[in-house]
Amino acid sequence: MTEPVSKAAAKPVNARTLTEQEFFFGHKACAGCGGALAVRLALKVLGERTYAVLPAGCMSAVGFIYPQMAFGINAMISTFAGTASMLSGMAAAARAQGLNDVHLIGFAGDGGTADIGIQALSGAIDRNEKIIYVCYDNEAYMNTGTQKSGLTPFGAHTTTTPAGAMSRGAGNRKKNMFDIVTAHGITYAATTSIGHIQDFLNKIQRAAAVEGTAYIHVLAPCPTGWGIATDQTLAIAREAVDCGLWVLAEYEKGRYALTKTPQQFTPISDYLKKQGRFRHLLEKEVEEVERERDERWSYIRRHWNCL
Amino acid sequence: MAQVKQFVSGNEAVAIGARLACPQVITAYPITPQTVAMERLSEMVGEGTLQAQFILVESEHSALSAAMGASAFGSRTFTATSSQGLLYMAECLHYASGGRFPIVMMNANRSVALPWSIYGDHRDSLSLLDSGWLQVYVEDAQEALDMILQAYAIAENEQVLTPVMVNLDGFTVTHTYEPIRVPSQAAVDAFLPSFAPAIKMDLAKPLNMGFSSTPADNMAFKYQQHQGAEAARCVIDQVDRSFGEHFGRPYGGLMEAYRCDDAELILITLGSVSGTARRVVDALREQGEKVGLVKIRFMRPFPREEIAAVARNARAVGILDRDISFGYEGAVYTNVNSALAGNGQVPPTLNFIAGLGGRDIRKEDIETMFLRLASAADGRPFQRVEFIHLGVMTDD
Repeated sequence: MTEPVSKAAAKPVNARTLTEQEFFFGHKACAGCGGALAVRLALKVLGERTYAVLPAGCMSAVGFIYPQMAFGINAMISTFAGTASMLSGMAAAARAQGLNDVHLIGFAGDGGTADIGIQALSGAIDRNEKIIYVCYDNEAYMNTGTQKSGLTPFGAHTTTTPAGAMSRGAGNRKKNMFDIVTAHGITYAATTSIGHIQDFLNKIQRAAAVEGTAYIHVLAPCPTGWGIATDQTLAIAREAVDCGLWVLAEYEKGRYALTKTPQQFTPISDYLKKQGRFRHLLEKEVEEVERERDERWSYIRRHWNCL
Repeated sequence: MAQVKQFVSGNEAVAIGARLACPQVITAYPITPQTVAMERLSEMVGEGTLQAQFILVESEHSALSAAMGASAFGSRTFTATSSQGLLYMAECLHYASGGRFPIVMMNANRSVALPWSIYGDHRDSLSLLDSGWLQVYVEDAQEALDMILQAYAIAENEQVLTPVMVNLDGFTVTHTYEPIRVPSQAAVDAFLPSFAPAIKMDLAKPLNMGFSSTPADNMAFKYQQHQGAEAARCVIDQVDRSFGEHFGRPYGGLMEAYRCDDAELILITLGSVSGTARRVVDALREQGEKVGLVKIRFMRPFPREEIAAVARNARAVGILDRDISFGYEGAVYTNVNSALAGNGQVPPTLNFIAGLGGRDIRKEDIETMFLRLASAADGRPFQRVEFIHLGVMTDD
């Protein structure tokens, strides 16, 4: 097991010390929504001196329906492409006003991050804006009814990559956002899963402490889009890590580290077959997913200096 | 009051105006022919004569998005764009006006692709006439500087709370050097108070801004937004009067009427061509022709009563458009006709399309327009829309 790159400076937040104060409540998210849990927990870590920006997506759709405002902190919907740029403007204003002790956080989905929002995110990292950018990844455009995004995994049935006689679901690999942001030389980046809540809390806390841009990519299952029961969100998020399809990692100062190293992977077919979106996959396609997983892990072990 | 004479380009005048307005956040992305304005502002920040956070963003979309973030935070913001850049931020234009962010932005008017062109016309800003921004068009560098200052006073007025786009003709104004008078910082401070919005993100009293609304509420918000833009009519006049008192240069508010009192033939213009048209009016007046010029300054809010009043006794009205809505007519023409018809006036109105893609508009072209107006006023048939200096009649 590899040590995390950095240790959070502040007192660790955990299930015992997590505040009962809610900063995201009364929203209209579906039962079992991984994204809503990510937003809620992140804000509990950051506290009331926090400003949030959310682009078009599930969390803005369920959180800001006038006059029912779900955020207990200053928060605003940005344009779909503008999460990181609106945060940049806020960061500039905070500097102009001498506000040094506030947190600026964005919560964008996988489409808002890996597709339409990637330009603004790249620019913000380039300027090393002191912002926290959270990508809550439910692996498709869920708010608009499950269309393929740049982070939809190979083989997944979506409404735009249907599993039918002539099509087999999404044909591409999941875009690797972690590598994309670390290639910028970002101050801090991490991947995490809403199934590993302590890991998520740690990384939000770490992100809040760094002087510069922090990117956190949290796997946040969507029961509706994934075709799972609403009480299976956390379990399936954990299983994604256990079967090796999702990695818990950190990057800081050119160094990569794993925050969880599965010694042995659980069967990928078990993970896939529990989800409606993968039910059509043939054995050879599951093997293809398995091969890609092994390639990724081989890359990680070679390049990250991790066991 | 002390005003220093300087010899500067329109872009530099904008930069000086922006510096005097003391924005706290400037968001910058380069595009010809706006670039010099942003270069000068970055120099001012670099040498310490302007205390502002200067962010170099990755696109025009981000420039306005960042400006909105800063504005929501309660900071005065400035940005600038042109042409394709303005179109690229089109989504954000609606966003900023709907969110009632009093942002001031310079736009260097430039033609839009295709064909690619870096030269000027008004198709960029006029195609965004419905974006909810107030739009002012200036004639020269002095008016550019002055209108940046006025724009903040208008945009930030609590009755208005609407962003303002200050339009300068690309190259013709942005790159031409002219002597201007630059007011002192103290004088500007006396005219334009610092930005203190009543509604902003506040740690003591957190706000959720930029929300969504159901059909039951949406129209009420849009009505309020419309009221803000309508309220600007009075505020623009007040601000212009106040500016005149402070600096001795009133501009006449929504529009300027030149030698229109007894005019039978009136030409209506927008932007820098107004200077050329003024000279043609002078020459024709010397020949005894009863001609006049209306320089529209604000396209939003539109000077509907003012135009109707000036054109009350006109026998023909011509509208010079440096744009066209393909398949119909110029946008200024449509707006003027609406103002006249709404007032029950139906003189012959002729639409002259000229100066597209930076094409020169010569004095002779404007004389041709007045000849056409005289002919129409005499009851002879006329072309509704005519491409001037091209030899093509669209009604053929």
